[in-house]
Amino acid sequence: MKPQHASWLLMAPGLIWLGLLMVLPCALVFVLIFFERGIYGGIDWAAPTLENIRRVLDPLYLSIFLDSALVALSATLIALLIGYPAAYAIAKAPPPRQTVLLFLAILPFWTNYLIRTYAWIVLLNPAGLINAALSGMGLTSEPLPLLYTRPAVVLGLVYSYTPFVILAVYSALQRLDPSYAEASRDLGAGRAQTFLRITLPLTAPGVAAGAVFVFVLSIGNFVTPDLLGGGKFQMVGNLIYDQFLSARDWPFGAALSALLIALMMVLLFAQAIATLHARGGHART
Amino acid sequence: MKGRKLYSMIFGAALVLLTPAAAMAEKLVISNWDGYMPKDMAEKFKAATGIELEIAVHATNEEIMGKVTASGGEGFDVLFVSSPFAEALNNLGLVQPIDHSKVPNLANLYPEATQLKHDPGNVFSVPYTWGTTGLCYRSDLVKGSPESWNDLLKPSDELKGKVTMLSTDRWLMAAGFLANGMSVNTTEQADLDKVRDQLVETKRQLLAFDDTTFYSKLVSGEASLVHAWDGWCNYGIAEKPEIKYVIPKEGSDLWVDAIVVTKASKNPEAAHKFIDFVLNAENGKWVVENIMYKSPNKAGMEAIDKAMLTQYPNMAITPAELLKFEQLRDLGAGMKAFSRSVSEIMAAK
Repeated sequence: MKPQHASWLLMAPGLIWLGLLMVLPCALVFVLIFFERGIYGGIDWAAPTLENIRRVLDPLYLSIFLDSALVALSATLIALLIGYPAAYAIAKAPPPRQTVLLFLAILPFWTNYLIRTYAWIVLLNPAGLINAALSGMGLTSEPLPLLYTRPAVVLGLVYSYTPFVILAVYSALQRLDPSYAEASRDLGAGRAQTFLRITLPLTAPGVAAGAVFVFVLSIGNFVTPDLLGGGKFQMVGNLIYDQFLSARDWPFGAALSALLIALMMVLLFAQAIATLHARGGHART
Repeated sequence: MKGRKLYSMIFGAALVLLTPAAAMAEKLVISNWDGYMPKDMAEKFKAATGIELEIAVHATNEEIMGKVTASGGEGFDVLFVSSPFAEALNNLGLVQPIDHSKVPNLANLYPEATQLKHDPGNVFSVPYTWGTTGLCYRSDLVKGSPESWNDLLKPSDELKGKVTMLSTDRWLMAAGFLANGMSVNTTEQADLDKVRDQLVETKRQLLAFDDTTFYSKLVSGEASLVHAWDGWCNYGIAEKPEIKYVIPKEGSDLWVDAIVVTKASKNPEAAHKFIDFVLNAENGKWVVENIMYKSPNKAGMEAIDKAMLTQYPNMAITPAELLKFEQLRDLGAGMKAFSRSVSEIMAAK
């Protein structure tokens, strides 16, 4: 067999998988946009329309996109602030301990996402552990409204997705040749300067990968806003979920999804370019 | 009426019972809400009739509606759905007439249960449970007793941030419609707009939207007043006697969960036997004692422990009283405008 053929053969399962489960459904989403919902859900193929696009651009729905992006951005920044130092500490630990620490970082993934999110309800609710502790210590007289708020949603997202940042940054730190930092120190740079001018720029692709992970997973999330936001605060994921499962308006749901997909594509593309740049820079040094 | 939200759907999907059927045995596929009939229903039914039951669960009406409209009902024999959805399935031609001669236990139903507006004479559906939607509250935390939908929609200062509402579209809107003296089935744009604006205001005063755990929020004291189906309020009353249920003075809707047989059913004979089995007094009693909903099954209601009627006063609401309330109906083409208003409420800040 020619090597060319062999490589196609090896790629075939992956390509079929992608084609059937990724490209085709996405194409379907883009087709649905141009039709009207049927009375009982489903699609009225006889009525092509641009109404769904017009509706997505309504300020009411656009503001949800903006809001979701802001929530996702806050979650991303906080996850980076927590995740980077953690990854750095793990990478600097003696190798046997690194394994244990990494294991601990991914341990939460062994529990169902819903259960982990419910655990926050137990902690945050007005009759919950945190409020009980605060009033027990005499710090508060009335329970603080911690749950069903926007910060609660951000907290839930940060909690769930920080491990992705840790893993991404850790692997970038691992790949970093220690001789660069040594050279920087030899040439008289202090710890801080070495970190800012050598370590941080060279691990930027890891940071970008972790950040995109958190952002993309957060902006499309609908479970956390529903559970920790009490359904009062909708993110675009909730809006899409409701269109498909409650309002039975698939075309409008598809239009919202298409905009979200487009947004994510732009982000992933930007991240790919950033990574490519960083690699290019690396090669030249 | 059970668990209308995503999480229960995910748990539900994990719990789908796939009973491997013997090749020759008669088999029926049922879809019901999780926990909405006795756990040993399949065994009991098999023992009584020799017919295998395969029980699938759906978390919401919309979920089963999506499945059935996509497949034309293929793969399901009997469905449990709320009455507007039974009506819609009938309008779509996806359910078949109930042959009364094969369901002798229909005689167990209250006469009122054969006169329901969505299907007078039980032509294509048989009612399984029914009840009202109203206010469930902590009598020790709420000053005075709430009596109007406006106590929920325009909460007093002490109740702000202490109330929850159902977010399932028909009931969410019904609260607003009833408060304004409108029909719970209105799709007039002016009515929708008025209620939408009101509910956007209300949303800002809520603790949360809650369709599944509102009664436990009352028990823990997180909420003082919640929008509730009467049966679910009973779950709270069971744990805390200070919890009370009231139908607001403007009235309630009458909701009915019903059983239908799909037109695609390969075994309508067995499907009718199943419905007849569900309608026996023993199963009717199980519904009331375990789900704590009222049953249109007179024989079942009469078999329950009468102490329940005092402990849970809403159980004592009579069929005649229930029928005074307007039933939720299929909105047909009006659903588009209705859904749109609901989306706008949920999206509003």
